[in-house]
Amino acid sequence: MALSNVLELPASGFNFENSARNAVLEDVLGDGKTKTPKPMKTGTTIAGVVYKDGVVLGADTRATSSEVVADKMCAKIHYIAPNIYCCGAGTAADTEKTTDLLSSNLTIFSMNSSRNPRVIMAVSILQDMLFRYHGQIGAFLILGGVDFTGSHLYSVGPYGSVNEVPYLAMGSGDHAAMGILEDGFKPRLELDEAKTLVCSAIHAGIMSDLGSGSNVDLCVITRQGVDYIRPYQESEFKDQRQGRYKYKPGTTPILRENVEPVEVEVMQETVQKMDTA
Amino acid sequence: EHPKMSGSQVKGVSTGTTILAVKYRGGVIIGSDSRASIGGDYVVSKVVNKLIQVHDRIFCCIAGSLADAQAVTKMAKFQLSFLSIQMESPPLVKAAASVLKELCYRNKEELQAGFITAGWDKKKGPQVYTVSLGGMLVSQPFTIAGSGSTYIYGYVDAKYKPDMSREECMQFATNALALAMGRDNVSGGIIHLVVITEDKAEHVIVPGNKLPKFHDE
Repeated sequence: MALSNVLELPASGFNFENSARNAVLEDVLGDGKTKTPKPMKTGTTIAGVVYKDGVVLGADTRATSSEVVADKMCAKIHYIAPNIYCCGAGTAADTEKTTDLLSSNLTIFSMNSSRNPRVIMAVSILQDMLFRYHGQIGAFLILGGVDFTGSHLYSVGPYGSVNEVPYLAMGSGDHAAMGILEDGFKPRLELDEAKTLVCSAIHAGIMSDLGSGSNVDLCVITRQGVDYIRPYQESEFKDQRQGRYKYKPGTTPILRENVEPVEVEVMQETVQKMDTA
Repeated sequence: EHPKMSGSQVKGVSTGTTILAVKYRGGVIIGSDSRASIGGDYVVSKVVNKLIQVHDRIFCCIAGSLADAQAVTKMAKFQLSFLSIQMESPPLVKAAASVLKELCYRNKEELQAGFITAGWDKKKGPQVYTVSLGGMLVSQPFTIAGSGSTYIYGYVDAKYKPDMSREECMQFATNALALAMGRDNVSGGIIHLVVITEDKAEHVIVPGNKLPKFHDE
């Protein structure tokens, strides 16, 4: 089965070349001379719930680089397909690129086959790719979507393990969020109940985990369409900026003005007739 | 001969587990618990399905790294489906076990997964095979594996009888799994059983509150 792809697929079978190469690189680079750069992580709380008519995904919006908040309004719910969205925790670059690649490949598939992809297809492609990299890609993903076979929620781990579940939390704040979900989840929730449940779960992560914070984003996916609510709930600890960082026009004084006309001489003129018959 | 599958050695999600398969008169029962853990102290999923159907009458149960096991069984499923088209007949249980064994043996440096394959075929009827971590393939009348299996070797050795009836075999498998889940911290959840005969493969679930109790008060 030959699928056109954005990137060339490697030869079939297990291929652990990259994992060996990375191990060698780490040895060479981390030899005291150069430190491997610390990747930006989305120390994160992400959650998802399957409700009566579809799936609700939620995420916080803080991206950290060690102990500094690198981005207060980062978007962790990534578009995969019109009917599939994916929350990502782990290394920010890895989740971005992986979901981007997946989305591109599924778009090509949709164009070739004239249909929206199934959630299980997205999951299979992710699983194959992450397993091939043997855990070196730090992507902890929650994939949710609705297709012809129903509403689905999957967890995908960085080593390529896949689990289909009715409710799920991942990221550094997952313990706090899981507590809320375990307490509040029932099968066949109504939309409002589901949104409140996911929001409370993310909120618990924001409160109890240092790596999660700022606002709560929600994404509701149903057979009819997608409602991406960003932000669903704003952080109650937003501060007002005390100063302005923009310079007013006129801040830089003009010392001297000098106007010099540029003489332009016509050297050559060619007319090319165009046939517009 | 079974190396202990300790959860702390496996990277990522591990099915530190209890799995078994038992031949009885007319069929085979394959069973597992449903717990997936990370690092031996957090339960990632309480309801993981470790019984993977690789063909119509052939199932295998997985132990070790969940990612590795899922990748290997996906590959095996594909190869068996292709094989059955080539041969124009369902694959033998031994063929399925061999496919898994080849994958485990050829990639033994990188993989950390073990399997029990059980099923029914026309040539030899019900069979049970075990493929260990390094790729050893052995056929047995019954077999247990996973971290929880160490606690029930005595029980299964004492209680197994050849040629049991279906009900006796179900009770044997359920009891063995419940005992292991009771003592092993990385095994737990619910019991998944699949009863494979010539006619069909039937999935039976024993929920947590219906597990047999052994002096648990």
